[in-house]
Amino acid sequence: MTDNKLINLVNITKSYGDNVVLDDLNLYIRENEFVTLLGPSGCGKTTTLRIIGGFETPDKGQVIFEGKDITKTAPNERQVNTVFQKYALFNHLTVAENIAFGLKIKKKSKEYIKDKIKYALKLVNLDGFENRMPDSLSGGQQQRIAIARAIVNEPKVLLLDEPLGALDLKLRQDMQYELIRLKNELGITFVYVTHDQEEALTMSDTIVVMNQGYIQQIGTPEDIYNEPKNAFVADFIGDSNIISSIMVEDKLVNILGANFPCVDTGFGHNKPVDVVIRPEDVNLVKPEEGIIKGVVTSLLFKGVHYEMEVNANGYDWLVHSTSLFPVGTEVGIQVDPFNIQIMNKPESEDEEAVELEI
Amino acid sequence: MNTENVSNAKTQKLTSHKNGDGIVGIKSAKWLSLPYAVWMIGFIIIPLIVIVYYGLTTVDNRFTLDNISAISSPINLKALLMALEQSLISTIICLLLAYPLAMILSKSRMRSSSFIVMIIILPMWMNFLLRTIAWQNLLERSGIINTVLKFFGLPPMNIINTPKAIILGMVYNFLPFMVLPIYNVLIKIDKDIIDAARDLGANSVQTFLKIILPLSLPGVISGITMVFVPALTTFVISNILGGSKIVLIGNVIEQQFRMGNWHVGSGLSLVLMIFILISMAILSKYDKEGEGSGLW
Repeated sequence: MTDNKLINLVNITKSYGDNVVLDDLNLYIRENEFVTLLGPSGCGKTTTLRIIGGFETPDKGQVIFEGKDITKTAPNERQVNTVFQKYALFNHLTVAENIAFGLKIKKKSKEYIKDKIKYALKLVNLDGFENRMPDSLSGGQQQRIAIARAIVNEPKVLLLDEPLGALDLKLRQDMQYELIRLKNELGITFVYVTHDQEEALTMSDTIVVMNQGYIQQIGTPEDIYNEPKNAFVADFIGDSNIISSIMVEDKLVNILGANFPCVDTGFGHNKPVDVVIRPEDVNLVKPEEGIIKGVVTSLLFKGVHYEMEVNANGYDWLVHSTSLFPVGTEVGIQVDPFNIQIMNKPESEDEEAVELEI
Repeated sequence: MNTENVSNAKTQKLTSHKNGDGIVGIKSAKWLSLPYAVWMIGFIIIPLIVIVYYGLTTVDNRFTLDNISAISSPINLKALLMALEQSLISTIICLLLAYPLAMILSKSRMRSSSFIVMIIILPMWMNFLLRTIAWQNLLERSGIINTVLKFFGLPPMNIINTPKAIILGMVYNFLPFMVLPIYNVLIKIDKDIIDAARDLGANSVQTFLKIILPLSLPGVISGITMVFVPALTTFVISNILGGSKIVLIGNVIEQQFRMGNWHVGSGLSLVLMIFILISMAILSKYDKEGEGSGLW
């Protein structure tokens, strides 16, 4: 990853009728970066991708690619290739013909095309599939062909629109590793769209969390997970306890009537805030050792850990722990100060969706 | 195929649940198909056997191939060639008119497009004979079109009772059968596929030639079959719009039956059937998806 800005989206606005999909969006993507646009459906992530690909034209704003304005450039003249959600393979052509499609249009030599097909199939672990028809392949294989078809054109950027959405869990996980490997081997920029937070956390260099046409937060997976900027991001990225609290003073927060030490400063005195505590950061201890006391109300075995709900001071705390506390047990709750994430409360509905400058 | 099997299995399961007995469920489902079997045997298979029998026998029930070879007589051969030519020309005109129209309709994807599709189907709701007779009235020497032309001081049009009038009648009557299958295939092409072609560097002409056209071929094939076959066998259009001057193979067969000569009529019908089967076989080679067979 370098600091060169490869793609720069400037003040992009797009609406369909009355529905504003993107509102004054600004985002840059660096060379050789794996960027994931993450958000619930309807947040504008796919529209953003389609604007980069050239399938949609923004109502306002510019798309800058390597310093040149390509806002109005047709998709076939952009150095960008797309892997579509439903693969979009040409079912009347063989696998080899699918992969050769872009190269034939660019009038490459037969030898070159043949080599490229072979190389691409090897890259996606499907050697020898040249003469198969796409509809005789499994979903995972089709997706790999779609990727091979895109990368033989040596694009500067590969756009991926929820490419693993249609695959089952195991295959999805395998393909995540494949994609990371591919990205490292090819050394090109990936822009990846997904609504799956786990996928985003696993693969990305940078995650862009979007909601209702606004960017909520941009950061590394660690940043986004550990330091969510608002309740939306905290809620969307993994399970969490989001509790309305009062910041008593610097490094002390009152959660549900009990004072918890924390590490944040500068929020003022007795200010209402939102507190985010990840379920794995809630420590269950003996009742007398905890800051507050509660009772275990539910218990589920999740494989790696137990998922428990603890009712304490009127709030159901979600807790992940490797030690088991049966339902009905009285427990104490304690949280390490650095695991308490304090966020300003949004003052109105609008502010919740306000765009954050990078 | 697979989904069909699955849904079949499901229905059977459901029926068996209702009856509390699997075997009874399947049996009752089979029993339901009985009226259709009777229909098919009574109105399709038996008549076909009768035609084959008449076509291969003489009046005194002896085997003969004369009825078949009757096609080689100059009059009959001319009628067959004429019918082939006329139906071929109409099919080509229908295709040239229908494809762009279907393309525009499938691309617009607006509420108006379904309205236009309805307008195309609208004439099909009217009686076929009525429509053709209407054209006769329009085209007649002293008909409506010529009256209007005369009113504007333009030279009259004399196409009634010529091959042109028959082709016009065929195109008018059969155009919807070309538009609809092509339209149906085109709207089924995923927009992502077209985006993918554009994404891989194809301009709009290349996208059409390499992606849209090949993918729409099944619809084109079934459109061709649905226009060519009825056009080849028609006698009504040529009777009404061609006067008695133009004789197509359909007219010849009709006359044979009307004169009570069932044996020659059946023999010629068999020859025509062979032509249709050959053309269907050729077309179905290109129709991998089976769109055409679905419609037939």
